[in-house]
Amino acid sequence: MSALLETEALTVRFGGILANADISIGVNEGEILGLIGPNGAGKSTLFNLVAGTYRPTSGRIRFEGRDITRLPPAVRCKLGIARTFQVVKSFETMSVLENVVVGALVRLTSTRTAREEAYRVLDVTGLTRRAEANARDLTPPEKRRLEVARALATQPKLLLLDEVLTGLTPAEAQKGVELVRKIRELGVTVVMVEHVMEVVMPLVDRAIVLDLGRVLVQGAPQAIVRDPKVIQAYLGDRFHA
Amino acid sequence: MASAFETRRRNQLIIAAAVVAVMIALPLGVKDVYVQNILVLTVMYAALSQAWNILSGYCGQISLGHALYFGIGAYASTLLFVKFGIIPWFGMAAGGIFAAAIALLVGWPCFRLGGHYFTIATIVLAEIGLILFLNWSYAGEASGLQIPVSGDSWLTFTFLRSKLPYYYFALGLAAVVWLVTYFIEDSKWGYYWRAVRENTMAAQSLGVQVFRSKMAAAALSAFFTAIGGSFYAQFVSYIDPDSVMVFQFSLLMALPAVIGGIGTLWGPPLGAAILIPFTELTRSYMGGGGKGTDLIFYGAVIMIIALARPEGLLSLVTRTRHAPP
Amino acid sequence: MANAATIAQILMSGLLMGLIYALIAAGLSLIFGLMDVVNFAHGEFLMTAMYATFGLVVLLSLDPLVLSPIVAAIMFVVGAFCYRVIIVHAMRARTNVGMVQVFATFGLAIVIRGLAQFVFTPDYRSIPKSWLGGQTFSIFGVYMPAPQLAGALASLLAFGALWLLMKRTDFGKALEATREDAGAVGLVGIDRNRVFAMGWGLGAALVGLAGAILSIFYYIHPDVGGPFALIAYVTVALGGFGSVFGALAAGVIVGIVEAISATVLQPSMKAIGIYAVYLLVVFLRPRGLFGH
Repeated sequence: MSALLETEALTVRFGGILANADISIGVNEGEILGLIGPNGAGKSTLFNLVAGTYRPTSGRIRFEGRDITRLPPAVRCKLGIARTFQVVKSFETMSVLENVVVGALVRLTSTRTAREEAYRVLDVTGLTRRAEANARDLTPPEKRRLEVARALATQPKLLLLDEVLTGLTPAEAQKGVELVRKIRELGVTVVMVEHVMEVVMPLVDRAIVLDLGRVLVQGAPQAIVRDPKVIQAYLGDRFHA
Repeated sequence: MASAFETRRRNQLIIAAAVVAVMIALPLGVKDVYVQNILVLTVMYAALSQAWNILSGYCGQISLGHALYFGIGAYASTLLFVKFGIIPWFGMAAGGIFAAAIALLVGWPCFRLGGHYFTIATIVLAEIGLILFLNWSYAGEASGLQIPVSGDSWLTFTFLRSKLPYYYFALGLAAVVWLVTYFIEDSKWGYYWRAVRENTMAAQSLGVQVFRSKMAAAALSAFFTAIGGSFYAQFVSYIDPDSVMVFQFSLLMALPAVIGGIGTLWGPPLGAAILIPFTELTRSYMGGGGKGTDLIFYGAVIMIIALARPEGLLSLVTRTRHAPP
Repeated sequence: MANAATIAQILMSGLLMGLIYALIAAGLSLIFGLMDVVNFAHGEFLMTAMYATFGLVVLLSLDPLVLSPIVAAIMFVVGAFCYRVIIVHAMRARTNVGMVQVFATFGLAIVIRGLAQFVFTPDYRSIPKSWLGGQTFSIFGVYMPAPQLAGALASLLAFGALWLLMKRTDFGKALEATREDAGAVGLVGIDRNRVFAMGWGLGAALVGLAGAILSIFYYIHPDVGGPFALIAYVTVALGGFGSVFGALAAGVIVGIVEAISATVLQPSMKAIGIYAVYLLVVFLRPRGLFGH
């Protein structure tokens, strides 16, 4: 498997705070990668660096071999990187279908074909029967699905999910896990930032643990979970083995 | 599923055709110049408000300085006509293109501004335009420009005997801007503009080039606003900065859209149809003697509508398009 | 060639007027910072204060300077009343919140203008005799017209009092807390609506103070508020929405820029200087000088 995305010594400073320091990781094509770590570890920062919302102080990001460090989010989306937002940002006055159409339009110019594609994506994400509802009227779990559906409609190669499973009931979380697996089956590489270990660890192929802005360990989930350094980092934070 | 959508779209066109048919027939029995005047102003404001709605309603960039483009249109066609003898049809097109160019020029620095800062910038730009025109001797400064009207002519777009030709042109303009908005509603631009309005960050993450989108909306909006300005100049045969470029006028162009339903297809024409006759009638029946009673009444009604129906009066006529299941 | 004396005069005139602009803008900034509402009737509040002063002068034969605290108190009531009766409904809008408050306050502005015409007719009014009218002080050859000087001093006092209010009193802290998180204050027993009403009252009182002093040396008529309101919006935006003390700095800048522009350009074009400065500043700092 080739590296779809690579970061090289990525460092970000916000004022006096070193949010990410010297992070060099790779994301392999076709994998589901978990990005985990205690609060304040710098997961969101790294996530936003890859998405293009933040600019690094130093370092590089490469996507499919191409340097994207200076590229804005809209261009990264065209190249194939899509993301969801932790605090859901739906287009409230538009319908569920219209929300997803916006995503589809990055690849398709005709609104008719975009609508057809949107229906397909709604089917994958289980939102078909809500297609005509106003986004504003959705329940929070449904809004999360909409976030994912919208991003999926851009036909990404790499999908970045920001805490999509946090705060869900076990039943909803399980459905979420199935959705992520379905997405991977469609050929999309997934990077998930997560807190909810017991749900995420069975799902991901590989996990990268951040602590204090640096990469602590990376590897298979079963190994990570037993690693004493990881357990140490999480002391004081809720942790389920 | 797809055909339900297409049916809805087709119905919009059918309704529009019916409305236009009624509007065409409406003034044929009207001889009273006063009433003709109200009709012309109503369709003119419908056109202007619909044009404003493109940038501020669909794209969500609230401009309270659109009088700038209206004034540019009015002055461009009038100057070309009065100083160079170029007929207003060309002048109108020139004014529209020039206004669109100005919109792009000012958009470049202004569209990086958010919310209120942007709105204040639009007000400021229109005020700058007002001051410049008030001090520009070539354009007549505060005295403005007079358009010579010798008789009825479609070539020079001036009419003495009746207001009806003006009415039909303005109706045509309103219909064109409505049609443009209709096509916007189901176009990539339309989706992108609404996405920019709702949430810029999310739009960007979905590949929307936000800056480019805003610029396109601004240029289109300015173009039609300017044509409205050129029309107005021909209609009243006299323009001066205080009638075409003042802040109050910017607000009046926005008001029908807000009253009727901002960001909707039918909001501006509905708002104009209700607001303009109401404004003129209050002024006539209550405005005499400078007692201000017309203002009190007019202001109170605007307040009440704005507070009671923030979504606009259109929501009284139609259910929200996407009712939850 | 401008000499030192001329420059000093221009700067002084600009400073005095600028402080008055700051006072007018303060109320607008306070209301905005508190509840994210731009009051499009702010100019009409100023006009109301000027008419109130005029009316009280006619009725009580007292000097406008003496009346200014009374006018401020009257405007406090007017402001609180407008909130309770009108604005509270605008805040309830679920959609289009931005446009609702613009046009609700726009409608209010028209109503107030109509009322002024109704009660006082559109004729220009003025206060013929006052302690400060026509008087001038001078320091080192720089002239300071007494009314403008009084206005400037009143402005500084008002900002000082505002600072004390915000930092030292419970009300000020409630104001600040509501500013930070209007949703949460209910949890600690602060009545949001009461704070908003007081905020509107305070904002109106500040502009009332300015209006009382302006009435000494400005003609009073129903449309007098317009140009001042425009300057107030630009001042607030220049200083940064949400920063009341940013409005102080911005007001002074606006006053001085206006004075310089009136000399360098034609007087009829002096406003262009202010507008150009605004556009320049927000181009470099998209949230104004001190905005959040």
